[in-house]
Amino acid sequence: MTAPQKLNVVGTSVAKIDSMGMACGLEQYVADYDTTGALIGYVVPSPHAHARIKKIDATRARAIPGVHAVLTWEDVPRIVHTTAGQGFVEPSAYDSFVLDKKVRFVGDRVALVAADTREIAEEAGRALDIEWEVLEPVLDPDKAMEPGAPVIHDEPEAHMPIPVPYDAKKNMAASASMGVGDIDAVLKGSHLARKQVYSTHYAQHCPIEPHVCMGYLDPRDRLTLVSSTQVPFHARRITAQALGIPVKRVRVIKPRVGGGFGTKQEVLLEQMVGALVLATRRKVLMQFTRAEEFLSRTRHPIKVTIEGGFNKDGTITGVRMTALSNTGAYGSHGLTVMCNCGSKVLPLYRMKTVAFDATAVYTNLPVGGAYRGYGATQAAFAMESFLDEVAHEMGIDPVEMRRINHILPGEGSPVFAALGEGKPGVEQKIGSSGLAECLTQGAEAIGWHRRKEPKAPGAKKRGFGMCALMQGSSIPDIDMAAVSMKMNDDGSFNLAAGATDLGTGSDTILAQIAAEVLGIETSDIIVTSSDTDLTPFDVGAYASSTTYLSGEAARRAATTVAEQIKKVASEMLESHPAPETIELRNKAAFGPDGSSVTLGQIALRSLYESKQHQISSVESAISKKSPPPFSAHFVEVEVDTETGYVKLLKYVTMLDCGTAINPKLAEGQVEGAVVNGISFAMTEEYIFDEKGRMRNTGFADYKILSTADMPEMVTRLIPTWEETGPFGAKSVSEIGINGACPAIANAIFDAVGVRIRHAPFTPEKVLAAIQAAKQA
Amino acid sequence: MRFNAKINGLKREIECAPGATLLEVLRLMGYKSVKQGCDREGTCGACTVLLDGTPILSCITPAPRVAGREVTTVEALGDPSRPHPIQAAFVNAGAVQCGYCTPGMLLSTKALLDRNKKPTDEQIATALSGNLCRCTGYVKIVEAVRNAAAALTEEQKP
Ligand code: FES
Ligand code: FES
Repeated sequence: MTAPQKLNVVGTSVAKIDSMGMACGLEQYVADYDTTGALIGYVVPSPHAHARIKKIDATRARAIPGVHAVLTWEDVPRIVHTTAGQGFVEPSAYDSFVLDKKVRFVGDRVALVAADTREIAEEAGRALDIEWEVLEPVLDPDKAMEPGAPVIHDEPEAHMPIPVPYDAKKNMAASASMGVGDIDAVLKGSHLARKQVYSTHYAQHCPIEPHVCMGYLDPRDRLTLVSSTQVPFHARRITAQALGIPVKRVRVIKPRVGGGFGTKQEVLLEQMVGALVLATRRKVLMQFTRAEEFLSRTRHPIKVTIEGGFNKDGTITGVRMTALSNTGAYGSHGLTVMCNCGSKVLPLYRMKTVAFDATAVYTNLPVGGAYRGYGATQAAFAMESFLDEVAHEMGIDPVEMRRINHILPGEGSPVFAALGEGKPGVEQKIGSSGLAECLTQGAEAIGWHRRKEPKAPGAKKRGFGMCALMQGSSIPDIDMAAVSMKMNDDGSFNLAAGATDLGTGSDTILAQIAAEVLGIETSDIIVTSSDTDLTPFDVGAYASSTTYLSGEAARRAATTVAEQIKKVASEMLESHPAPETIELRNKAAFGPDGSSVTLGQIALRSLYESKQHQISSVESAISKKSPPPFSAHFVEVEVDTETGYVKLLKYVTMLDCGTAINPKLAEGQVEGAVVNGISFAMTEEYIFDEKGRMRNTGFADYKILSTADMPEMVTRLIPTWEETGPFGAKSVSEIGINGACPAIANAIFDAVGVRIRHAPFTPEKVLAAIQAAKQA
Repeated sequence: MRFNAKINGLKREIECAPGATLLEVLRLMGYKSVKQGCDREGTCGACTVLLDGTPILSCITPAPRVAGREVTTVEALGDPSRPHPIQAAFVNAGAVQCGYCTPGMLLSTKALLDRNKKPTDEQIATALSGNLCRCTGYVKIVEAVRNAAAALTEEQKP
């Protein structure tokens, strides 16, 4: 759509519609529902990283008073599926069962228990008599595909449901490659060619509410699941599939969600709760502890190698990116996360020749999954560090390096068409980009020129770093969202969406978009999301799709309703103006002569008086494009050369998300993502023992940032207009997390001249690098 | 075990198992604003309540310890028809995303502003450092506390 003259509701920071209820402690999360009489569901965790269950006897466990069910692999249907909450057919390996006779990481499912209390359930777990065949684990992703490595998925059912390379016998969970032009020749012929390896580490999303799901049978014997999920419709489908029951027998209700960030794009608890409900015919509540949450889903650790060629002026001739992703014990999101390494990073820069090769390997370590940034986080660290290295070597200002190479409106990238999610992507040209402005304003806000000032004497050295970023908005040609609306007696509306607000504020944003179309206030729209029985389909909250795609569905649903309203208004207005000449504003319909009827009057007529009908609509949106939001991050750090401690002094984020439907909520998305990114870059880390057991499964030893760790933050939205988005909007939620790793690494280099290519930047690591550099 | 305590201004008789935590007891009594975010290890702050006006972590507090004392949860601050200025400030600043950390944040804020009418940003950061939030990045939370302090000062002017 083209930019309208004036927007009334879109672009204003109305309060998030559920925030007052939350602030008063009234909004309900799963555990706040009526849990009277609920049994506690519990997953008996594997003590081994890799082992076969030769025999399992639950007799003693079942005899414990207060134990209502103990399920082993012998008690549940053996149906292979993926837990990745993606569209059907999922582009993730089918390698999971509700329960299996093999365990593949420490914490994997051995059995399920439903008991009166958690303590009793744990006691039942200890009372299981298990004969193990302990197998050699694969703990090093670099060695996972070596000949003779233990095979993690040796079950015959394991397969990839879509036609992409998959070889379980070699521990290969997926591979993908694409290329345009002859990269080797181009690199060879370039003025300068360099190659460098970077890696990122395991991390967890750490929503403050861990995974939680409550299930029960309703009076019609349907399995109802109240679940903290980002993907209610996928959860319904995959639960039905995994339990071998029809979709129509499952209902998923999503209440308020205490944060997700991708980890709740996984269908993890639903099928286990379902199995326990069907076995006991009782209400079952399953809540992960924080320790269990760390072993739920993680960010895939990825080693990214970049080879790049450059002309004398710094322009890029070609890039080859190679990614080795550790997907852990199961292949959930293994293919798509690593594809995003290429597709959400390489198109940022103009290049005619490009190659991308990626492999995801199985290991006996925690399972990767969807995590805000989704591969772009890992690869942006590599690409943006690499460009910084080359810029320094060539004596080019890092900001200038981006300027001369970054993609501009009207330009395309061969990567868009070549690389999709397990299939070719969709060709697109950039419509809107505020990146140039992001670079200008960011450099100014941080005081980029101060970089040239001589370093102060003493142990503490200051430095500046920056990076540029892009992401996408929805998965083109795959994602679908639908919204329904109906008009009530007083001219208010119900809006039902499968879109999933997990704290992001999407309910509010959909209401704002619909209100803008209808000339009303956000408060005249009552939003319901999401309930698979009541709301239309939506793929759910992932891939930065909700504002762009579900928002477009809301715009269309409101537009259809507006047309119906105008028809009734035309009958009611004395001059019977043509419906298309009628304007909706201030909760009324205005004819060209200025005469008007209120929406309330229109509603009453349509419901009770004449040509009665329900003014209503259901509209769908699919995406043909995935317009990238763009961003530039700048950071100033102070590195203590005696301790290796890196202090962040100031962090600047400039971001183009098209139109910010609600600027305050958009800023909140950016700030939250940025701080999560800083936390990932600086402190978060999984520590394993030699047996593959994670040792720091709590916030005492796995540090996420608190108010005490905050640098000065500057966040600014740079408005652009994206033609294909609702009221010019693009996505905002993910991109902000990708910048901290490269920007901070680049700043550390600027401060002390050492290059840290393996995140996180802990004091020990930085100090070791400083000392190594001194010795060299 | 049986004991008396005041909860949100009401005298209540409480019965619980000897080992029960205050978190469990409050939730069972229906004060569901009190959340759990870690494994009763006092590391997330989601379960923060006020005990005689001082923030405590209810997940590591044995319930009987509140005998004869007064517990405050967010339910007591205000409701949507009459929100407390701190609640209003959080809503208006956009400091509430998923809302799961919010009750704890609000109570830590209340305790801070009860004893310090005009806290510096550093004092705010220190007072809230035990309340983890993964959604907001804290910027708008600190802003909300600043605004709440101003609103409360304004309110107290004659
Ligand atoms: S529940 Fe985490 S501190 Fe109490
Ligand atoms: S708002 Fe979600 S954890 Fe704070």
